[in-house]
Amino acid sequence: MIDLDDTDRAMIRVVAQDALISAGALGRMLGLSQPAAWRRLKRLKEAGIFRGQRLDLDAQALGFSVTVFLGVKLATKGRVSLEDFERAVTAIPEVQTVEHVLGAYDYRLRVVARDIADFERVLRRRIMTLPGVGNIDANVLLSEERRPGPIG
Amino acid sequence: MLDATDLRILRQFQADPDLPAAQLAERAGVTPTTLTRRIDKMRDNGIIRAVRSVINWPALGYTVEVSLRVQLDKTQPRAFDEFLAEARKVPEVIEAQTFLGQVDARLSVIARDMVHYQEVYRDKLLTLPHIADIEALMHVARVKFDETLPL
Repeated sequence: MIDLDDTDRAMIRVVAQDALISAGALGRMLGLSQPAAWRRLKRLKEAGIFRGQRLDLDAQALGFSVTVFLGVKLATKGRVSLEDFERAVTAIPEVQTVEHVLGAYDYRLRVVARDIADFERVLRRRIMTLPGVGNIDANVLLSEERRPGPIG
Repeated sequence: MLDATDLRILRQFQADPDLPAAQLAERAGVTPTTLTRRIDKMRDNGIIRAVRSVINWPALGYTVEVSLRVQLDKTQPRAFDEFLAEARKVPEVIEAQTFLGQVDARLSVIARDMVHYQEVYRDKLLTLPHIADIEALMHVARVKFDETLPL
């Protein structure tokens, strides 16, 4: 695994917040020359430290005021393949994330909707009709924060 | 506030955020100059908050991810605030959410391996204030994680 020093960790924290920051600006923040910052960032990227970029949009301003997390239990395990369920669920545009989990549920879904009526439509027409779907547990998101994680 | 061109740009941008600007302009059917101007404007008015890099935690040695669903003791008026304030101090917590529903709060926790997770769970998470019940979901795989909006 890649060895990281404090500067690398600080760089990961900054780039996680702003993927498009220039090597010059990054260097000024971390006390490095522009070429040195560029070389370090290149090394981190080549080591696969970043999975890619994500566009962080203001969902509320774009008219999506409701986010619901669903715990989904498959009813007929063995009869319906996980692949069929996964293929169908990932094709639903309102489903933002799908995680396969172990525990009280089989899948955890993050669903975005314009309002509660829109959410009900997605739930009834798209999610409850998925192959093999059984028990569903819904929790409406009130607040959310992402933390920098253990690279401090 | 946004017109059809803005939405077209956002759709293409969020579908492939790693795409170089020239190709993004081509896919959205605009000139590179228009693209830059529109994106700058959407950044200025807060529609685009940022373009973030997603950290690949397994590449940093964190191979375990657990979703902890917590029910809080709501007889304590400051249960939510105090729980979140303490949870923020745990570096292994990468996400914290609160809900309306059966679950009051959820923490995404990462650890190097199961032994490390047990340590974090016992010493730093079970000791968080006002927990009435706690349930763990272990992540097996991320099937979809782009978090795009259906624009």
